[in-house]
Amino acid sequence: MGRILIRKFLETFGFVLFITFISFLFIRMAPGDPVLTILNVDELSVSQEQVEALREEMGFNQPLLVQYGQWLLDFVRLDFGQSYVTGQPVMKMIMGGLPATLELTGGALVIMLLIALPLGSLSALYRNSWIDQVSRLLSIIGAAIPSFWLGLILIDLFGVRLGWLPTMGRDGWISLLLPSLTLGLAISSVYVRLLRSSLLDSMGQEFVRAARARGYSEARIFWVHALRHSLPPVITVFGVSLGSLIGGVVVVEVLFAYPGIGKLVVDSIRQRDYPLIQGYILVMAALVFVVNTLVDLSYRYLNPEMKLKERKAG
Amino acid sequence: MRELSTPAIPKRSKHSWQGIIAFLFVLITVMASIYAFGWLKYDPNTTDLGDRLQEISMLHPLGTDHLGRDVLTRLLLGGQQTLGYSLLALGAALLIGIPFGLISGYSRGWIDRIFMRIADGFLSFPDTIVAIVLSGLLGAGIGNLVLAIVIVKWVNYARLVRSTVLSEAQKDYVQIARTNGLSPARIMRRHLLPHVIGHVLVLASLDLGKIILLISAFSYIGLGAQPPTPEWGAMLNDSRPYFQSRPELMIYPGLAIVSVVLLANMLGDYLRDRFDVKREVQS
Repeated sequence: MGRILIRKFLETFGFVLFITFISFLFIRMAPGDPVLTILNVDELSVSQEQVEALREEMGFNQPLLVQYGQWLLDFVRLDFGQSYVTGQPVMKMIMGGLPATLELTGGALVIMLLIALPLGSLSALYRNSWIDQVSRLLSIIGAAIPSFWLGLILIDLFGVRLGWLPTMGRDGWISLLLPSLTLGLAISSVYVRLLRSSLLDSMGQEFVRAARARGYSEARIFWVHALRHSLPPVITVFGVSLGSLIGGVVVVEVLFAYPGIGKLVVDSIRQRDYPLIQGYILVMAALVFVVNTLVDLSYRYLNPEMKLKERKAG
Repeated sequence: MRELSTPAIPKRSKHSWQGIIAFLFVLITVMASIYAFGWLKYDPNTTDLGDRLQEISMLHPLGTDHLGRDVLTRLLLGGQQTLGYSLLALGAALLIGIPFGLISGYSRGWIDRIFMRIADGFLSFPDTIVAIVLSGLLGAGIGNLVLAIVIVKWVNYARLVRSTVLSEAQKDYVQIARTNGLSPARIMRRHLLPHVIGHVLVLASLDLGKIILLISAFSYIGLGAQPPTPEWGAMLNDSRPYFQSRPELMIYPGLAIVSVVLLANMLGDYLRDRFDVKREVQS
């Protein structure tokens, strides 16, 4: 396990190094002088000396590799530099938005579970009944609805017409409701069908028959034996589709003007605020690494077979 | 025809029914997009403030938007944009991914090792993030978005092709071809490519819906097609302040996206069942 973890970490780390180098190159070669970008923020006329002074100060006149080395050194010290636009440290801005984004993601996952668990289980238990048909229809439509359109409809319905829920910003848990509902609905369609097919597979396994022969109640068989066995594939897909979740978060944050890091990065892309974009990449890489590791660890808990195999192998 | 009514067949015939519907709709969509080339009454970008936010009428079959532009015209041209760019991205990803997969899977050795390193790197990093980052570095715009999608997607195809080639290359017919002195390039083209292409097309058609959703979502948040261009996601973003007075402005582009993606997914499912491609293709 430790070896796998280290390999995964090195893989992610290598890729991050690669992508930061590429992004570093892009920033230096990007149209427009970063020095001018920084100075133009104040919309004052700048003299040539000022430009040169700042260039000297930020080390832009050194060779590229030296600059990259300097940047890497700062990066190791978790110093991502300062935003071109606001002048604040990038790390501080990202850490300011991170809680909001995590709340939104958590809320969406809760909504997703509230939809997928009952609907998926019921459509597996009552296969080909009306509830199975309904969940099939929902998943087909759900896979085709863009999340931002779903969000617009929800805003129109609950925010504008009924006036029940706030549609913008972040102000207590109630403003979290519509964004998480949008994102949760958008991602749940995949998991409903996945849980269903995985459950159907588990219910046909030997150990379920054995449990039945031992006279356990159907409820216990379902909750203790079958459900646990059918979770690993679902979690695998969760790990794989983490990217679309993060992308979904970005879209939903922009849609609801929600002050998380997704909105932050979109704004900074529009303003070509490169240090912030780089900071976002690194934070996301860390996040993805943590989630993927958790996914790997969860297999061991959910699938006792794996632990046995490892013990056998020594 | 009689054999078709035996009990074993109905599943198949249901699928072919699905396939026919899907193909018909594809035809309609394609024709609507082509129609947009030739017979447009209005310029999609000419604004006419005297005509703004018109209801449905004979002159404007779906009314006009907040700048007095004909909605039907923009919807049709928007379809051209969305579908055209999605297909462009998909096609380019295939053109890069298939040869890479073939070479990497057939030649093995150091090429393959390097390729697998790259592919693992891409896998350890979610593709939507790579797309966001790339459009961040290259600047917002539809061309860069397409480039980002290609860079992200080609790896999937290359991996699929590689895994198929790895198992195919062990089989007798490839060995025979090799002993007969066929060049590797010829073996790949004549023998391996036909085996691979079915799987790849299924994966591609399943991807099409996702790419359409991605392009329209990025255009909505302002990282894809830029404002005057009629793209469905951008149109939704454009007319958002006017939804209260004219909810139809929100309905039309959204419905257009949903129906096209639905269609693409149906087509993909049909092809998957038809060519009997395993689950590996799904995710």
